Amino acid sequence: MSNQDTEKQEFNITVYTENQIGLLNRIAIIFTRRKINIDSLNTSPSEIESIHRFNIVITESEDVVRKLCRQIEKQVEVLKAYYHTNEDVIWQELALYKVSTEVIAEKVSVERLLRENGARAVVIRKDYTVFETTGHREETDNLINILQPFGLIEFVRSARVAIIKDSEGFNAKIREFERLEPGEDVIENEFLNDGDKVFTM
Amino acid sequence: MEAVQETISAKPIVEIIPEPVESKVLSGSEALLDALLIEGVDIIFGYPGGAIMPIYDALFDYKEKLNHILVRHEQGGIHAGQGYARTSGKVGVVFATSGPGATNLVTGLADAQIDSTPLVCITGQVFAHLLGTDAFQETDVINITTPVTKWNYQVTDANEIPEVIAKAFYIARSGRPGPVLVDITKNAQIQKFDYKGYTPCKHIRSYRPKPIVRPKYLQEAAELINQAKKPFVIWGQGVILGSAEQEFKAFIEKSGIPSAWTILGAGAIPTDHPLSVGMLGMHGNYGPNVLTNECDVLIAIGMRFDDRVTGRLDKYAKQAKVIHLDIDPAEIDKNVKTTVPVWGDCKETLPMLTALVEEKTHTEWLAKFTEYMRQEVAEVIQNELNPTTAELTMGEVIRELNELTHGEAVIVSDVGQHQMVACRYAKLNKTRSNITSGGLGTMGFALPAAIGAKFGALDRPVVAIIGDGGFQMTLQELGTIMQTGIDVKIIILNNRFLGMVRQWQELFNQRRYSFVDIESPDFVKLASAYGIAGKMVDDRKDLAGALKEMMENKGAFVLEVMVTKENNVFPMVPQGCSVSEIRLK
Repeated sequence: MSNQDTEKQEFNITVYTENQIGLLNRIAIIFTRRKINIDSLNTSPSEIESIHRFNIVITESEDVVRKLCRQIEKQVEVLKAYYHTNEDVIWQELALYKVSTEVIAEKVSVERLLRENGARAVVIRKDYTVFETTGHREETDNLINILQPFGLIEFVRSARVAIIKDSEGFNAKIREFERLEPGEDVIENEFLNDGDKVFTM
Repeated sequence: MEAVQETISAKPIVEIIPEPVESKVLSGSEALLDALLIEGVDIIFGYPGGAIMPIYDALFDYKEKLNHILVRHEQGGIHAGQGYARTSGKVGVVFATSGPGATNLVTGLADAQIDSTPLVCITGQVFAHLLGTDAFQETDVINITTPVTKWNYQVTDANEIPEVIAKAFYIARSGRPGPVLVDITKNAQIQKFDYKGYTPCKHIRSYRPKPIVRPKYLQEAAELINQAKKPFVIWGQGVILGSAEQEFKAFIEKSGIPSAWTILGAGAIPTDHPLSVGMLGMHGNYGPNVLTNECDVLIAIGMRFDDRVTGRLDKYAKQAKVIHLDIDPAEIDKNVKTTVPVWGDCKETLPMLTALVEEKTHTEWLAKFTEYMRQEVAEVIQNELNPTTAELTMGEVIRELNELTHGEAVIVSDVGQHQMVACRYAKLNKTRSNITSGGLGTMGFALPAAIGAKFGALDRPVVAIIGDGGFQMTLQELGTIMQTGIDVKIIILNNRFLGMVRQWQELFNQRRYSFVDIESPDFVKLASAYGIAGKMVDDRKDLAGALKEMMENKGAFVLEVMVTKENNVFPMVPQGCSVSEIRLK
């Protein structure tokens, strides 16, 4: 087994699913059963109506991630599960920062720092202002450090959302998957856009 | 009726399309029972309770068509469902109420999940408006059972029932089979709705039961097999679940490859087939274990490299090229890295592989297995099957039983020493004859499973072989035998110990016998209290006669055999050791 297979690193797992109650739990227990921590989890609609996608980030070896994806895909309501390293995806996280308006108004340097970090004000009230920024973990983390001396009141960061760099995206990926991995013939993928016309719930 | 006759004579049968069912008003419960009938269900193992009462009320009117077996505990119900599914090849159906009824199913679900047994379990649930209120007999059944079901779903509206039940049966029986649980709230059971008929499910877009077969891999596999000097086949329950026994036999007979079975694969081909070289695993045969580490090509068919089969993984078949045939892609490379993965249903892949392999015999290689068997007979088997000691052994009971069954019986075993002895020595001529709890190792499995197994194979004798420990875990099911009059033969191999744990304590814990000394009631009297015939044997001269009496008895029979207290099952691959380190004593 190569080093790449056994060395731990961040992996972005993308899971395409039906939108069904309880599926989140079915997917989550695949990780918890093996005592693997989920670093970040996001669910959202996909470009295809009625199909949802999960973005899951874990730190594990490729060998483990490959097996996890097969277990995820085994779930009845999962269409596909892929994994990618950080290099293969474009990803963003959104962060909100609450700071006292009084401090901001007084210190000109704060405004400059915020501008430098690509933050923008979402809400401005008499007592506080909420700034928002998106970016990689290091970038959003960096702004915490910057705002801390100015009395950062509250901070929250979203889960990671990621899109694969490959220009053809999901549909092309499915075809590639069909060549390398088991799957019913390509015809089945036509069902993906058929929504209610095929047997589903 | 006359009109229908005319249609039949006028048109070839294949062109007859079922007339659209007129929509009618049914309750959720009636729709459920209708669905079961259309799915070909004729038997249900169950136990009523508050939250499933509307379904039981509807069942009262379906008595003629659906045979409901009232068990004595829900765990007994689900194990009976498993036994039924394993002998009949059909989906086992189990009913239980909410709360404790449903939680009592969990052990059986876990057992069915790990042993790939198709089940549809229906549980009652409190009214939908009470969900999450800690209502009487409310438990979160869906979340409790998620890790141990292939699929589960909670129905809160009767309109969902036909579609959900169709999906449940399709998922349970297709691909790699498994247990499905449908939780139905009481309001949905009662609710009247516009029933538009039942359509069996044939496709779910997100679910692919069978991976497509890749001819390229079959070609590669055949090349490896054709070049192999010492090929070895290991097969599991996949051969039985895929109904591919004939295809499997044709494959090994053409390629002439020695073949060994996992505990759940036993009986797929007759145990005395010349190419069947024995059982794999911790208490399997000597040759198959040792030669796993000498073969040059290892062909795994419908098995999943369980740790009890492989022993220490980093010393398992490292010298061999591995070909793995499996229907479940998640099994490929899970435990053992494969050289050639053959995805697919072995019913389809085996004939394709057979066509590509050369007709061969591996006389010298096969003789190696025979040589190891000779050693095993001398060191272990002879003493176990034909002991010269005063006390009876478990092995000789199985040997005597074989004389009577001629391999035609279904053998249901529990878990422990007697299970290993039964699976090692029972003669099996037919498929679906070895029913045991393989993956989960559920003590208490055998008695209820034997009841279900008999209902699934009414034309065959069913013999349960159980230890004194396991029998006391589910002995309440003697009540089910009493009430149904089902003809199940029960052999209790009583060594007055929890034998397998005692064996480990002897071998690995310096004979510190910690809580393995178990006392038992008078099993014969107990059987008699249930109106079941019985006998106790503790002398060799009475054994054959007692077994004969049991087999010839009309109806159920409990035969208690007192066996040596401190006998060990050998050979044994100690935990954490390589299969090459198998011990004969």
